[in-house]
Amino acid sequence: MLLKILTVAGLSLAAAHAGATTISPGARLAANCAACHGTNGDTKNTANFATLPALAGQPRENLAASLRAFKSGTRPSTIMTQIAKGYTDEQIELLAAFFAAQKKATP
Amino acid sequence: MKRRQFIQAASAGALLASTAGCASIVGKARPQVVVVGGGYGGATAARYVRMWSEGTIDVTLIEPDAGFISCALSNLVLGGSRGIADLSLSYDALASKHGVRIVRDTVTAIDADKRTLALAGGHTLSYDRLIVSPGVEFMWDQLPGMLKSGAREAVLHAWKAGAQTVALRAQLEAMPDGGVFAMTIPPAPYRCPPGPYERASQIAFYFSRFKPKSKLLILDANDDVVSKGPLFKKVWKERYGGIIEYRPSFRTADIDAGTRTAVSELGDRVRADVLNVIPPQRAGAIAVQSGLANANGRWCGVDFLSFESTQAKNIHVLGDAIQVSPLMPKSAHMANQHAKVCAAAVVDLLNGRAPDPHPMLTNTCYSFVSDTDVIHVASVHAYNAEQKTLLVVSGSGGVSTGPSALEGRYAMNWARNIWADTLGA
Repeated sequence: MLLKILTVAGLSLAAAHAGATTISPGARLAANCAACHGTNGDTKNTANFATLPALAGQPRENLAASLRAFKSGTRPSTIMTQIAKGYTDEQIELLAAFFAAQKKATP
Repeated sequence: MKRRQFIQAASAGALLASTAGCASIVGKARPQVVVVGGGYGGATAARYVRMWSEGTIDVTLIEPDAGFISCALSNLVLGGSRGIADLSLSYDALASKHGVRIVRDTVTAIDADKRTLALAGGHTLSYDRLIVSPGVEFMWDQLPGMLKSGAREAVLHAWKAGAQTVALRAQLEAMPDGGVFAMTIPPAPYRCPPGPYERASQIAFYFSRFKPKSKLLILDANDDVVSKGPLFKKVWKERYGGIIEYRPSFRTADIDAGTRTAVSELGDRVRADVLNVIPPQRAGAIAVQSGLANANGRWCGVDFLSFESTQAKNIHVLGDAIQVSPLMPKSAHMANQHAKVCAAAVVDLLNGRAPDPHPMLTNTCYSFVSDTDVIHVASVHAYNAEQKTLLVVSGSGGVSTGPSALEGRYAMNWARNIWADTLGA
């Protein structure tokens, strides 16, 4: 029995290293945001166009609260109200958790 | 640099783990993905397959051009507020930061059974999965006069950004004040639905500042403005009232390049000092030649869960070349989004998993109506399993209330971020 468990564990470890990479549901969903907010929320800004805060590394609850406020319309915006209405509350939680866990590389 | 070291470390780890755990994996070739075309769709797909496979899948990108020139924002070159250099970017980061092998060449044939493709330079490449992102090809045969010698040097399209954009700007600069500029718009679908109307706004902006006696005629094959219609028409009336004249349902059937005359199907003739022809379009040549364009011989049908061709297994098609789902525009933003659903599916399939059954996409198209002021259209699309297509999520999306400089700053922010996302910079 023990041998069997070890074998299975060994095989799955090998498989993982050999390329069985997984893509989380949050990562897939967050890729939708990258065109405006940067890859994995690492938003590119310059001094002249510092219009958007980076999503990467912001507290999860802040991100979720912002998205819910855009969705309900209580937070005014040009575009995010229209985008946020396309996502369920569960998807908003996935997005918030994903961006909160990312590191910001761009200063 | 850090990423490269990580990839090398990961590869070494893979080899060790394979040797220790499962000898059969040793010597097995790494999965090979080949991407055809380095526009917004293809470049993004190459980058995301590398990123999401954590470097375990080899990616080769075939692209004939040395660098990337953004079609998005290129109308600003015509308006005079940007130069082509502002839109010209490098492919280097895809190779140096993400390990994409870039081959500067053109694909001449695809063999779907053997899973190989032939390059103009003489090489043959094998693939496990092929991603074809060929953009659009112009259907010049629908405008016979444009097939004549010299016609396409005299009458420009500027619908692929680059030398044509710069040349059309030069024609505008050379035109005397009081001259007439005319542009023809093909029937939808074509690349970038709001693009022609943004172009009209940009050129009218230039005329309003420097050539106020000039006229701009929009000869539109469609029965009304295809995208952001009320917003564009309000801008034209309020800002460019004496300059722009919009003629809907002008179906251009021929062009006389020598006299710069557009001829409609009904025989109406419009002569201009500068004539800009946006021709009818279909999927890029390699997609048509290899039989992937199975929708009216023009566009490529795909399974929206994976963007795999409905015509050929192991071949995916992205971007402007596909037969779109309802209300899906042929835009740079959409191509970038197609690429991510496709890249995720390719990584899933090469790891023996089914693709995500609930893919989603967003779209945002910003249009500049002056050097600073911008309007947008946005939408969110989700997969519908019953209809097997992507549908706009009910209640999502919309347009601007009116042009604003704030949206102008958002538009530049969009450009900076989508360029970095697409090119891995």
